[in-house]
Amino acid sequence: MEIPGFKTLFRPHREGHGKRGGRHTHPHGAGGAGDAENSAPETRTIPVVRRVLDVNEAMARQNREMFSGKGIFVINVMSSPGSGKTTLLVKTLSHLMPEVRCAVIVGDICTTNDADRLAESGAPVVQVNTDEFGGDCHLAAHVIENATRAIDLDNLDLLIVENVGNLVCPAEFDIGEDARAVVLSVTEGEDKPLKYPLMFRVCDVALLSKIDLLPHLDFDIDEAERSILQVKPDMPILRVSSRTGDGFDAWIDWLKARIRQKKEQPLQ
Amino acid sequence: MHEMGIAMQIVEICTASIPKEAGDIRVARINLEVGKLSAIVPESLTFCFQIAAQGTPLEGAELNIEEIPVEAVCRKCGHRFTIENPAFSCPSCSDSDIQMISGRELDIKSIEIPDEGGS
Repeated sequence: MEIPGFKTLFRPHREGHGKRGGRHTHPHGAGGAGDAENSAPETRTIPVVRRVLDVNEAMARQNREMFSGKGIFVINVMSSPGSGKTTLLVKTLSHLMPEVRCAVIVGDICTTNDADRLAESGAPVVQVNTDEFGGDCHLAAHVIENATRAIDLDNLDLLIVENVGNLVCPAEFDIGEDARAVVLSVTEGEDKPLKYPLMFRVCDVALLSKIDLLPHLDFDIDEAERSILQVKPDMPILRVSSRTGDGFDAWIDWLKARIRQKKEQPLQ
Repeated sequence: MHEMGIAMQIVEICTASIPKEAGDIRVARINLEVGKLSAIVPESLTFCFQIAAQGTPLEGAELNIEEIPVEAVCRKCGHRFTIENPAFSCPSCSDSDIQMISGRELDIKSIEIPDEGGS
């Protein structure tokens, strides 16, 4: 299993705290279930009833209130690695600025490469390297809260969060955003929405990117759209090319309408 | 993919849920509900949990995962159905205005601890 950060999480538990408190270490694993069943009559059940992610959800609510109070529209942009998120966002910023005051939080496991590219737009960019958080595969609400401290929120209309490239985990973590966008490039499979239904289900808009490459590919864009609509029948789908600028008018209009709406009703 | 983070949260929540008067005990079992639409692989979570629980009162505890099916109800015709594959529309009237009822759970229901002394 090649999960960055996995080993760093593994080690401290195993080598560092394994014998904390001098507790006798029980053999466990295969026999665990059987042991528990055998001892079942002597156990008592304590109700817990808590969402595992409720710490994140509480933090996300706090973020959402903070952004709403300041009338900032927050969009969480997600995709698999290599879908062209950063290029798309660089182009998006060039269309919006300086009319719209933008800032970006960009998450990656390692490197500041994406942040460097985005910073050329002149927008404030905060790079979050999740490596410090154990190589996390997603951005969590507390990470966003922390990153916003480096941004002047009083002079901002749009906060773009470029999530870690991953179609699985970011879908699970509310960060306090207003909308979620998923980017699917035409160099991927048409059936990705069916393979990662949660991601497409939780998003508010889908961008089919790199459409300038369509003449060179066997990608069936209509089938890709059908896959998206199978998972989320009312999903707005925008076909874009960051290279040629095709489709950007619709995308920029989509964003501007929501930015305006958020400004008009800052406190929901 | 983020099962280790989830496992660590489970350890934290469950450790905090042990009643103080129980003293220095070990948790025998954790009852967890995981929706089939959540981005969690139960086998992977069990594996991570065993590591995350080391050196805590949860070490060696059984992680009893109940998988919750993805259920929805059609807002138009009221039909209630289970979603087995990624087709999110009503199988009865084909309308897409559906409300999800379950499938995204990631909830700790209870923990079981030894009832020592049996007072």
